[in-house]
Amino acid sequence: MCGIVGLFLKDKSLETALGEMLTQMLITMSDRGPDSAGIAIYKNPTNSFTKITVQSSQPQIDFKNIKTELDNFSNQKLEIITIDTHAIITIETKYLNNIKEILTTSFHNIRIMSIGDSIEIYKEVGLPETVANRFDISKMSGSHGIGHTRMATESAVTTMGAHPFSTGNDQCLVHNGSLSNHNSLRRKLLKEGIKCETDNDTEVAAAYLTYKMNDGYNLGDALKAGITELDGFYTFLVGTKSGFGVLRDPIACKPAVLAETEQYVAFGSEYRALVNLPNIDIAKVWEPEPATVYFWEH
Amino acid sequence: METIDLTKSSLRDLNELLQRQSEIANQKQWEIINPKGAHAVAVGLNASLELSVKGSTGYYCAGMNQKANIKVYGSAGPGVCENMMSGCVTIEGDASQYAGATGQGGLLVIKGNAASRCGISMKGIDIVVHGNIGHMSAFMGQSGNLVVLGDTGDALGDSIYEARLFVRGNVKSLGADCVEKEMRSEHLNILQDLLNRSNANADAKEFKRYGSARKLYNFDIDNAGNY
Repeated sequence: MCGIVGLFLKDKSLETALGEMLTQMLITMSDRGPDSAGIAIYKNPTNSFTKITVQSSQPQIDFKNIKTELDNFSNQKLEIITIDTHAIITIETKYLNNIKEILTTSFHNIRIMSIGDSIEIYKEVGLPETVANRFDISKMSGSHGIGHTRMATESAVTTMGAHPFSTGNDQCLVHNGSLSNHNSLRRKLLKEGIKCETDNDTEVAAAYLTYKMNDGYNLGDALKAGITELDGFYTFLVGTKSGFGVLRDPIACKPAVLAETEQYVAFGSEYRALVNLPNIDIAKVWEPEPATVYFWEH
Repeated sequence: METIDLTKSSLRDLNELLQRQSEIANQKQWEIINPKGAHAVAVGLNASLELSVKGSTGYYCAGMNQKANIKVYGSAGPGVCENMMSGCVTIEGDASQYAGATGQGGLLVIKGNAASRCGISMKGIDIVVHGNIGHMSAFMGQSGNLVVLGDTGDALGDSIYEARLFVRGNVKSLGADCVEKEMRSEHLNILQDLLNRSNANADAKEFKRYGSARKLYNFDIDNAGNY
């Protein structure tokens, strides 16, 4: 069992409340996933700058060293915002490959959570409320976001085993369920040049969608292709720079509820995750059909 | 009428209070407000109470019901009315997966749509769905009636025993050992009675009946391919 929540805002006036609404939804799903939690939030997209979210188990030392090293590299003052064990490094996009190289070769203790124009990912082991408070998620604004509360089945309870998983720029995925062909698919993706960082099944699904989207598929078509290639139980919620999508496997035993108003589209593993959203009483609320792709884009 | 607000009263207190009501108790009318998708609302009732739930519920609402008449003015999460023994449960909205599973008696009315596995392993319950139902509904249904005014998903009545299935709309596909059957006058009578009792504006003659071909009851080596 795991819990999934998501919010895609149509009404810009709600953007300042995105973090607050997502935090409440996430906490409601605590008993579906008490061992770890994570949130991907899409905010402040920039044209010539890219955000890298990194995580370290010794943030005071590592993030200071990263700043020193990267300042030397680009001769420009880089912006590094530290939030608990995570840091958001904002760089000029033209330096992205060089900086990724520096981060992966010189800083073995840090892990890249996400890269993109607007995505930021925060995830840690612990109760969802504790995790959300550590990162002050409720104060964050943004255009859309997805969250996950984890009850681990397929890999260990670690920060890197928590969701969301991001395997491509501005992409992320959360999952309720378990995949049975993730090992063979991981090997197949490696041959295509897509490397997974963990033993986790969900990361393979994320990497699969990245592979398809690199191939020119849009999110909807990538999800459709997943119906035949991903074997197992899943309800997925996927985020991209411009929107989010939902897919359930053909058996559809993992729960899912969608709600839509003129102001937002909301997703919850259960209806009770949605009950405090504005105007939920007059929202169109429905259960997504099995093996059917739903997605919304700005 | 007694009103219980689930933002003020705990779910455990609510269910204990309702389960303490006996046939001789004076308070028959109950209203539950602010369920906010809570799990296990009004489970295990065993007296002929009249209960309204004003809002949507989570998992397992009205499970194991005996005698009570429960109306949910909203939608219901997975496993609504699981293992009902008697009484009547009405869902004004939609019901999630396995509505009415293993039910042994009583009537479940779903005014909206029901998701997958509706009436799975039904053992005597009557279920009337005004909208559509999802895949694998009435799987291994043993007895009782499942009435669907709309369409069904895949594999209706897979491995069915003696439950009766009545469908007005399209059947996407039938499951193993489920076949269309002749609609005789006794079936029309049963069906029309259920339609009337569930306030469904429909004529029994518009429906088709499905049930077991009785070829999978006992293991037969020639049927190995069907398992």
